Amino acid sequence: MTEIHEKVEKKLRDSFSSSIREVSHFRDELTFLIEKDALLDVLRFLKDDPEFTYVFLTDLTATDWPDREERHEVVYQLYSFDSHTYVRIKVRAKQGEKVASATAIWDVANPFEREVYDLFGVEFEGHPNLTRILTPEGFEGFPLRKDYPLTYEVPQFTHSVDDPPEVIK
Amino acid sequence: MGLEEKIPDGILLTTVDKMVNWARKSSLWPLGFGLACCAIEMMSTFAPRFDLSRFGMEVMRSSPRQSDLVIVSGRVSNKMAPIIVRLYEQMPSPKWVIAMGACASCGGVFNNYAILQGVDKILPVDVYVPGCPPRPEQLIDGIVKLQEKIEKESIKSAVKK
Amino acid sequence: MGPQHPATHGVLRLQLDLDGETVIKAQPIIGYLHTGIEKTAESKHYSKAIPLTDRMDYLSPMSNNLGYCLAVEKLLGIEIPEKAQWARVCLAELTRLNSHLVWVGTHALDIGAMSMMLYAFREREKILGIYELVSGQRMMSTYFRIGGLALDLPPNFDERVREILDLLPSRISEYEDLLTENPIWRNRTIGVAKISPEEALSCGLTGPLLRSCGIKHDLRKTNPYSSYEKFDFDIPTNDGCDVFARYVVKMEEMRQSLRIIRQALDGMPSGDYRAHAPGVVLPPKEKVLSEMESLIFHFKIITEGIHPPVGEVYQGIESPKGEIGFYIVSDGSPYPYRMRVRPPSFVHVGALDKMCQGGLVADVIAAIGSIDIILGEVDR
Repeated sequence: MTEIHEKVEKKLRDSFSSSIREVSHFRDELTFLIEKDALLDVLRFLKDDPEFTYVFLTDLTATDWPDREERHEVVYQLYSFDSHTYVRIKVRAKQGEKVASATAIWDVANPFEREVYDLFGVEFEGHPNLTRILTPEGFEGFPLRKDYPLTYEVPQFTHSVDDPPEVIK
Repeated sequence: MGLEEKIPDGILLTTVDKMVNWARKSSLWPLGFGLACCAIEMMSTFAPRFDLSRFGMEVMRSSPRQSDLVIVSGRVSNKMAPIIVRLYEQMPSPKWVIAMGACASCGGVFNNYAILQGVDKILPVDVYVPGCPPRPEQLIDGIVKLQEKIEKESIKSAVKK
Repeated sequence: MGPQHPATHGVLRLQLDLDGETVIKAQPIIGYLHTGIEKTAESKHYSKAIPLTDRMDYLSPMSNNLGYCLAVEKLLGIEIPEKAQWARVCLAELTRLNSHLVWVGTHALDIGAMSMMLYAFREREKILGIYELVSGQRMMSTYFRIGGLALDLPPNFDERVREILDLLPSRISEYEDLLTENPIWRNRTIGVAKISPEEALSCGLTGPLLRSCGIKHDLRKTNPYSSYEKFDFDIPTNDGCDVFARYVVKMEEMRQSLRIIRQALDGMPSGDYRAHAPGVVLPPKEKVLSEMESLIFHFKIITEGIHPPVGEVYQGIESPKGEIGFYIVSDGSPYPYRMRVRPPSFVHVGALDKMCQGGLVADVIAAIGSIDIILGEVDR
């Protein structure tokens, strides 16, 4: 497994040396943190390369780091059927910045990006239909951000119609 | 002596309330409304082992216009709530509601922005069946309790609903 | 096709653009069961989030538990004892049988073969009996914990599972007799909801859907987890790419699952059912009651939670529906910073549009049944 990962790392560093910010190995997994502008190029490179063939987009998600200036971290998980390995590509974006959409490369990016937009508020440039998918219509706010409260309602132990239950935000 | 001797065989004496209630409780037609995990246990209750058609619920109607019992089985999200209310309003009176499972009764395991904390915030519930998910025997117990409740109703109160 | 419909397997809403009876576009509208599980898991300890994973794909709850526990164990870097791994394999394959039985029952019910549902649920009761035997709960068992199993396997586990192994092959043959050569079934499923292999890869399909397009890919063989590499089984594929091909693949998968369960029972090793990793895995109860150190570890794990290293992991497993993946980001605290579930059904719903275009409305029903979605997983 790690042999392929070494080759991937070497080849990516050779081709995109200016765009790679960080490479990490943790528990036999390879993760690249790259510049936002090089995203589509790197994804296409990994998909079309005849040696690696990372043709499958397994997952597209995001994490919220509110303490950082670039709070949104969008994560792409790629899989290769030939080498049976995963590779993770991450990009960071500030709040309000747009990330290039991967729908041109994979159809599956369409629902994933809508979900990331719905839950985090990250906008994707070039997405055909960027609307809310999971939360109700008219919902305001982005639930999975760290500053959105869980909205816990205190359970009532006595039935009282006049005294509505307290909602802790 | 008494009235029973004077009437011929083959005639029952009872009140209209009892007749109507007996008919209503013995042939409740549930609306097929499975939302989440409790729906699978509801389907198991209709399956051969815990047969629910013994209690009169032979058919599960898909249309709310033809059913008189809603078994809300599963978690009710805020997006789904207006739809449940609309379905309930489409059902003809008399109608009853069973809240099956912990999520329908009180929000269950989930206490957050997305789940309505109990379907009784939007519908008048008659019987609550706790459990996550409740066993089919528990659901049958809940339905039998509902049948007992229906027996005690009078026609006047049911019409007002 | 609104959220309340007898054939949508949950609260799926489809907006169909029709030209007469032909479907031009089928757009799924989801979110009616959105539960905020990922957000809730961020406020719970690692082991307290396991019951939440049960309730996502509620027809194969042990698969979800397995995926989550494997992801956390990978993050912590602990080794699971052999017995726990083999027991996990055995129960995961029983879960696969469970899920496929309900699938064949409800799918056949939608298409019109109503008695299949009764047969399938009758078989399923036996498997639910096993769940109840090991954990006490019929569906949401939460039997797998971080480090192994919650409790040891009961002594009559072997006997009860062998009853199922003896009973099921003939029953599966019965179902195949009812359906496979049936002209009505064949007319309604052959050539319906076709999707080409290239489109399948682009749409991100995994699991039986990908295998029914001719691509032989199964995570149990390519990226084995929990000692699947020690088991001998085949991967059924079919080149049909339509609803009938998916049916054939799943029926054969059920037989292969029985094969794996038999191997697991025959070779079940003895030993601990939980890893020995003080500080992260709860020690066995006998030690807690007698040794001071175990008591302190028990207390700290329950009240404070575990402290995994900072990092992120992704663990994908082959659930009955497809590839379910857990992506966990940890910042060193007892609460997962981000728990992401890669749901196979969410991806398959996205592919519905491609499958339904050009077909009839009745074919949409067959297509929804064949992609085997669970709305709890789609909406999480």
